[in-house]
Amino acid sequence: MSITFKENEVKEVKFEKKTSEEIGLKLGKIKIKNAKFGEKSEILNRTLIINLEELRSLLLEDKNLKDVDVKIARPGESKRIIPIKDVIEPRVKVSGSGKIFPGFFEKSETVGIGNGITHVLEGVAVVTSGRIVNFQEGLIYMNGPGACYSPFSKTNNVVIVCTPVNGMDKHTHERTVRLAGLKAANYLGQLGKDIEPDENEFYEYLPFPKNNSSYSLIPRVVFVHMLLSQGLLHDTYVYGIDAKGILPTIISPTELMDGAIVSGNCAAPCHKHTTYHQLNNPIVEELYKRHKKDLYFVGVVLINERTDWSSIELASSYAVNLVKLMDAQGAIITEDGGGNPETILMALCKKLEKEGIKTVLVTDEYAGRDGASQGLADVTVEADAVVTNGNANQLVTLPPMDETIGELDTIDIITGGHNGSLKSDGSIEMEIAGIMGSTCELGYSNLTTRLR
Amino acid sequence: MSKKKIRVVHYINQFFAQIGGEEKANILPLMKKGPVGPGLLLQKLFNGEAEIIATAICGDSYFAENIEEASKKLISLITPYKPDALIAGPAFSAGRYGMACGAICKAVKQKLNIPTLTAMHPENPGVESYRKYTYILPTTTSAKGFKEVAPILSSFCLKLCQSGEIGFPEEEGYIPQGFRVNVWANKRGAARAVEMLVHKIKGEEFKTELPMPKFDRVSPAPAIKDLSKAVIALVTTGGIVPKGNPDRLEAHNASKYLKYNIAKVTDLKSGEYETAHGGYDPVYANDDPDRILPLDAARELEKEGIIGKLFDYYYVTVGNTTAVASAERFGKSIGEELKKAGVNGVILTST
Repeated sequence: MSITFKENEVKEVKFEKKTSEEIGLKLGKIKIKNAKFGEKSEILNRTLIINLEELRSLLLEDKNLKDVDVKIARPGESKRIIPIKDVIEPRVKVSGSGKIFPGFFEKSETVGIGNGITHVLEGVAVVTSGRIVNFQEGLIYMNGPGACYSPFSKTNNVVIVCTPVNGMDKHTHERTVRLAGLKAANYLGQLGKDIEPDENEFYEYLPFPKNNSSYSLIPRVVFVHMLLSQGLLHDTYVYGIDAKGILPTIISPTELMDGAIVSGNCAAPCHKHTTYHQLNNPIVEELYKRHKKDLYFVGVVLINERTDWSSIELASSYAVNLVKLMDAQGAIITEDGGGNPETILMALCKKLEKEGIKTVLVTDEYAGRDGASQGLADVTVEADAVVTNGNANQLVTLPPMDETIGELDTIDIITGGHNGSLKSDGSIEMEIAGIMGSTCELGYSNLTTRLR
Repeated sequence: MSKKKIRVVHYINQFFAQIGGEEKANILPLMKKGPVGPGLLLQKLFNGEAEIIATAICGDSYFAENIEEASKKLISLITPYKPDALIAGPAFSAGRYGMACGAICKAVKQKLNIPTLTAMHPENPGVESYRKYTYILPTTTSAKGFKEVAPILSSFCLKLCQSGEIGFPEEEGYIPQGFRVNVWANKRGAARAVEMLVHKIKGEEFKTELPMPKFDRVSPAPAIKDLSKAVIALVTTGGIVPKGNPDRLEAHNASKYLKYNIAKVTDLKSGEYETAHGGYDPVYANDDPDRILPLDAARELEKEGIIGKLFDYYYVTVGNTTAVASAERFGKSIGEELKKAGVNGVILTST
């Protein structure tokens, strides 16, 4: 049986469709030069003023917290912060759907793929500290030789020092500190809602290019973004969902800018992706810079990092399927954490290359203090294009500072430190593995290695 | 005021010293004043800035068979000349000579603390053994290439002595020593990655920042024929230590492994043992340390006669961002100890 339509039944429907150049996310950057406490929380002459008590009482609404203190550490000050769990940039949605960190405070709405404006308090970072949750928490120096290794030595840091109620288990402690950080960031972000930004950046919506478009001739590139998700205390959240349980999925890069991915991990400070890195993803920024010039940025594939081989096999194959569906010719794969995740990094590389999709891997190394050891736990011959963000085992000696925010004696037990790290004069001998973001595997900084 | 001339000692073998060929390869270390053989050209190329004050000579076979003694003897002969630097070779593709050049450079650097350098073909076994301890310049396989390498050797020597600062292999021309050194790039990692990908897709030239190393493959030992007579040991990289971590096993990049007596222990109880590992959630390990080091299960197997005996000690380290070189060292050493103690098999648990 065949179906025939009468001609007058077919009506032409006309959409008033905007082009992709008109749809996207506008990031309004408010360049904050200073931060201090004051009577009223506001932004005045590009100075962030915080009413300490108001912020404290907001955070203390969480009954898991016994006490909260807030400290400010500015670039150049003789201060160091330790132990640090996460770093977060304050942002606010001015228009468009959803709220920053969707899934945490606003369950039902996605963010940032259509029209929208987000304001950013550039130059400010919320830093969560306090009693240590687990070994893998880091350190930031605001001055001296330690400051060159962390991007957070150059931000005005609002440090949230959390003291949990007595007898709290580690998992509740982690969640409590994570939520406190997000709440503080949202509180500060709100202050920028009505401020005229200093700079506006526009990130267009990325539809798959049509076959006959002028862009069908330039190579299509996907960003394969690995997320640490090895179990409690080593987790990452996508729209509030624990990434351990997700299949690889496609996400718009503009959703990352609105906080769709949140760090919940206490992994090695040098190379864990903090929430700040997730918001300011450098791979996304660099791909946009060349978008429609010498590449077409098709989108982001998220993949979790499970520890068992069967999950790794499945997830890597599924991610490759997505990259193929997106008809990509090239992919940048970034690792989150080290050791076990290298098996996933290499599996992705091997499988993508086998499909003829060219890859570049972004990682860091643990090559020993002398740099003579092999720096990765797994390798594959197909990995012929690798960017390294430094050797985390490099030893540094950092001088004492006038003030330490947090608990200095944790240096002896955190990753990067060792028994005896803290010297009697207050200086610290440690590996840069303990410095927040020193060897960031998203390529946020300029550190790399060369063979000598 | 004229600059003080740099005092150089040159090391060569019996052949280049024109003493003889293979039949003289057993001659003992000796010294001659001033330059000899290839040293004459080097001396000329120094152009008055340096001077070969003496030439140290040794037979290739003697050196290869008595590396320690030959090095010791040569050092005692060289020391009185108070040299500022040592040049050895070039050895080209001569294996024993290459090893001797590498060994004397290493020994002189360590004992006299002066710069040393040598030259040989990149595939000479002396490169792999000694590149970490000295500077090795690449040469052709045969001595025919001496004229080309001599000016590079002499100017490298002058630079090493005068500035003391040597850049990276690409700029300076020496064979990489094998150390990965942190440096600051002009662009951030993300920009470099995107650039590299564009080049790779277009089929243009690109250079990886981290060439993949050759991975060691360890072939498994033959199966144990009769488990019921075998001594089995427990070894873990999961950091299980007695409560309080009395020997301070590091949470990451472990510098050591430890062993603990478990002859009288049947079960690792929470509160008596714990994990020192900083790379995983410790809650479940501390709740029941047998989850990482399965002592309770092993004792059951022992009781049931499935295994002959559980070894009286367990070995532990932390495999968290620990350099592969350390892990290799621990593994070899633990293996040797277990073998000596008559252990037939190991249950190795990781996290």
